[in-house]
Amino acid sequence: MIESKVSYHPDQRGYYGNFGGAFIPEMLYANVEHLRKCYLEISHSTSFQEEFNSLLKDYVGRPSPLYHAKNLSKKYGATIYLKREDLNHTGAHKINNTIGQILLAQRIGKKRIIAETGAGQHGVATATVCALMGIECIVYMGEIDIERQAPNVARMKMLGAQVRPATSGSKTLKDATNEAIRDWINHAEDTHYIIGSAIGPHPYPDMVTRFQSIISEEIKSQLKEKTGSELPDYVVACVGGGSNAAGAFYHFLEDESVKLVLAEAAGKGIDSGHSAATSILGSEGIIHGCKTLLMQTEDGQIVEPYSLSAGLDYPGIGPLHAHLIKSGRATVYAATDDEAMHSVLEISKMEGIIPALESAHALSVLSQMNLREEDTVVMCLSGRGDKDLDTFVNYLEKKENG
Amino acid sequence: MDGTTIENRIKESIQKNKGRILNVYFTAGYPKLDDTVQVIESLAREGVDLIELGIPYSDPLADGPTIQKSGEQSLKNGMTLETLFSQVKQARVTTDTPIILMGYFNQMLQYGPEKFLSSAADSGVDGFIIPDMPMYVYEEEYYTLFQKYNLSISFLVSPMTSEKRIKKAADLSSAFVYVVSQSSITGKSGEISPQQISYFEKIRNILGDHPSLIGFGIHDKSTYDLACTYADGAIIGSAFIRALNEEGDIPTLVHNFIKKIR
Repeated sequence: MIESKVSYHPDQRGYYGNFGGAFIPEMLYANVEHLRKCYLEISHSTSFQEEFNSLLKDYVGRPSPLYHAKNLSKKYGATIYLKREDLNHTGAHKINNTIGQILLAQRIGKKRIIAETGAGQHGVATATVCALMGIECIVYMGEIDIERQAPNVARMKMLGAQVRPATSGSKTLKDATNEAIRDWINHAEDTHYIIGSAIGPHPYPDMVTRFQSIISEEIKSQLKEKTGSELPDYVVACVGGGSNAAGAFYHFLEDESVKLVLAEAAGKGIDSGHSAATSILGSEGIIHGCKTLLMQTEDGQIVEPYSLSAGLDYPGIGPLHAHLIKSGRATVYAATDDEAMHSVLEISKMEGIIPALESAHALSVLSQMNLREEDTVVMCLSGRGDKDLDTFVNYLEKKENG
Repeated sequence: MDGTTIENRIKESIQKNKGRILNVYFTAGYPKLDDTVQVIESLAREGVDLIELGIPYSDPLADGPTIQKSGEQSLKNGMTLETLFSQVKQARVTTDTPIILMGYFNQMLQYGPEKFLSSAADSGVDGFIIPDMPMYVYEEEYYTLFQKYNLSISFLVSPMTSEKRIKKAADLSSAFVYVVSQSSITGKSGEISPQQISYFEKIRNILGDHPSLIGFGIHDKSTYDLACTYADGAIIGSAFIRALNEEGDIPTLVHNFIKKIR
């Protein structure tokens, strides 16, 4: 049998295998097409690279450490490294992408920035770079998320951004994204939309993935330094839309010996009717401008997902991830709210690191992976847990009161 | 490719009233689930040239608050594609006015493209507007299916659409080119600006004889008349949905609304 090599990069029209593309109303076509034509040339230019790298180093604080978590390693019977994206400025991996996109927006002459946010991390990261560059910033956020992520709303406002509630549909990330897209249609000429996840019409999934790929670039060199090999046995990351996973996987995509693992949010359980496990519950369709796997009814109505974690309750998944899953390159496991909360406490108590609820899902799936003692596992700790303190406290109180 | 070979009710209706075409949009299953047929019949009685029936969608990216809310309500009322097709079939017993379905591409994909088009054609639908279906996807994957079921399609152009692409939209649009009046979502109701007029003139020059209708922001007699000056007619959506919300029975509400327009 002759095996043709699977590509993990988008073709000319933005497809990863069957997934991707750009399914957008005509009113956005000119903007998206312009981005498609210029994003590679601009982001590869010397002046862009110099400014991007210097901001990542001195403003974000990169490289982020690759930390050998000895206590977790002992518990899970393998060598576990945590990629500490939680130590970045603003507390998550999201800023890698917003720095790249704000530099791009400046170079294509856009004067106004919009963004969507779920947990608020991307909103904060966008508000931050807009403050840095002195550009107007409007962040759309679901009304429910505004309530459950109050500290991040306050941060965005302090940074000078306007936070606009999305009041349609489920009032969470999906609807915030719809509102941002509508704003973009209404202000197509002067506005750049900074999408925070590896979703949206081509070239967004590839653009976001490339700006986040610094994560796997660093993992390779840091791992080489620590173990003598730049290749781990596993890279594990949580996935909502999928930006931290895309960044953590990118430089390993062609290294087929490295197993790529995605941790989805099962919410209250995959079959509970309150879940965000897209790859299991989803089918092929179109969401926010790209063809991918999404949760929908037989009539193609997009289903409202659920996860305790505001960053993972998205009914779709990036087209790259859909392709990785369908081609067998990546494996998906799901973790429930309860399992993720258990992991939050475990990382906190065993390693002295309070992780974001999203990131904790990645730890929750380790026990499903049949790890062997000789395995080296890199887990992307995508963000810190400060923003979730209210959620943690409420959850623990509920548990105590039965 | 010649996209203008579809001979159906839409083409006849456009030829009959070219220059003063009134296309009225409303969301199927709104205000109540079973109102669809009565609204269609009332519009037909008032002599509108085309009826655009919106398929309610959970995530209507191109639509403003009025159409969004009508869609949410319709879905709450229990609207499904099966129901919609049976309502069109029922309306076809009494009316011959062309019916165009407006929906999003995911609805067609998930239902199954061929089943979607054949059910539509079978119920008496004449054409489609699917704003997020790329032109190349239609051309390469669905053109023959639309031909097979004698269904028209209309593509959108906006103020940011290049001349080359406007021509492409005209080539592929077998009903009319949908001229989006401004870079915006549906439901804006201001006056038409001089910039918009020069954009309409540009489009008319490029399109020549190809039928075109102006939509988005057409909400009263003066904007309708203006659209008719620069295109073959106009599409009214949000303003009509707001009218359906008022007190009164559907035939009267529809009558009063259309009387105000022409």
